[in-house]
Amino acid sequence: MTAAPTPRPGGARPSVPVTLDGTDVLAHEGETILALARRVGVPIPTLCQLDGLSVYGGCRLCSVEVAGEHRLPLACATEVVPEMEVRTTSPTLANHRRRIVALLFAEGSHVCAACVASGACELQDLASENGVDHISYEMTFPRTPVDASHPKFILDRDRCVLCTRCVRVCDEIEGAHVWDIAQRGNQAHLIAGMDQPWGEVSSCTWCGKCVAVCPTGALAWQGTAPGELHADPGLIAFLTDARDGTWDDRAGGNERRDDEEVAP
Amino acid sequence: MTDTTEPGVHGRRLRVATAWLGGCSGCHMSFLDLDESLFDLADRADIVFGPLADIKVFPADVDLTLVEGSVTNSDNQELAAAIRANTTVVVSFGDCAVTGNITSLRNGLGDPSGMLERVYVEHPDLTGQLPTDVVPTLLPQALPLHDVIDVDVYLPGCPPSAARIKAALFALLDAIESGQDVQSVMATRAPDDIRFGN
Repeated sequence: MTAAPTPRPGGARPSVPVTLDGTDVLAHEGETILALARRVGVPIPTLCQLDGLSVYGGCRLCSVEVAGEHRLPLACATEVVPEMEVRTTSPTLANHRRRIVALLFAEGSHVCAACVASGACELQDLASENGVDHISYEMTFPRTPVDASHPKFILDRDRCVLCTRCVRVCDEIEGAHVWDIAQRGNQAHLIAGMDQPWGEVSSCTWCGKCVAVCPTGALAWQGTAPGELHADPGLIAFLTDARDGTWDDRAGGNERRDDEEVAP
Repeated sequence: MTDTTEPGVHGRRLRVATAWLGGCSGCHMSFLDLDESLFDLADRADIVFGPLADIKVFPADVDLTLVEGSVTNSDNQELAAAIRANTTVVVSFGDCAVTGNITSLRNGLGDPSGMLERVYVEHPDLTGQLPTDVVPTLLPQALPLHDVIDVDVYLPGCPPSAARIKAALFALLDAIESGQDVQSVMATRAPDDIRFGN
């Protein structure tokens, strides 16, 4: 969790020539493929990535194809180099992304109809956007006891996709470091404090940022009924921009950055 | 899997069935929400089996069956096998059939006997005994339909909206009549037509 947050390019003109899905574009030096794609309006699916947090590269949904590269680099963690040729869609990538989403469904208990996050869930959206209409893998149907020990919030690990957004936001933004991932592989799971009930962790400040960034219904406010949870992942970029002094609170002030010239 | 190279009509009207396995009937309620489009369906096809037709045995030569619900007991298992044996295009209809959904919430509890004890024996308002006659035996796990029989088309949603059902149903009937491959017809669906939950 020590990596620096994704650089957010400032006023300098982009100067690195890159081919993105067959179109010539100019990237900023040190810009990631994902940041470039978003700036020029090319969608790449993501899950663990969140603006304002360090790069984790765990979900691998943002894998892209780069000419000359045998492996599929992660758009969130790969900086552009001059003359790079990037493809963000292909049958291989589509298949890869469908499998990742299906595996996430298979290893959790993602019952959308009974979930607080239904309708505002990034995993549910990813299934729709990537054409996952069934799960071809054997479902594991886990049933882990819910941690409802916190007076304000609730944790259902069966809905956790191990994206570590909560771990990172608590460590990097709130500075409390309540969360960690314990164990490995299919034993990996989210723990609070020293593997304590969340309500007994005295370092928790009750700020709720972990709930705001959770892409699924794993972290929720107490008393939330199915379909009632609405996460606020954009909160974190707002906070980091505000701390950097780059947040412009005039109407539309922050949108100017998206209008930068991208072609020669 | 399914041979759809032959026109499904065989010189007769299309034969459509629906089935209700381990589900809440919500998918069938949504099917009834087709409203006036049910007349369009009746113009093209006979409904030959399902909760909406008083027919006891699953018939032969069915072109399309919408199967609601997961396979959660021995009756579901038998009916699923009969559906597959007699249907050209089997549609996994709604989230319970597609993923197990609500009915699969019991799966993480393990063997269903503990759950049955809790509901039928420990509950003070009931007779204090497990039902054994007539009631089918619960399987150890509630299973998605495709874990039990081959499925041709998946129609997720809890329930799938009437609009989603209508789009899929009529596209499938067209495909069956014209001898097109149903999977390639469904592959062109919009993201909004593929969605778990409600």
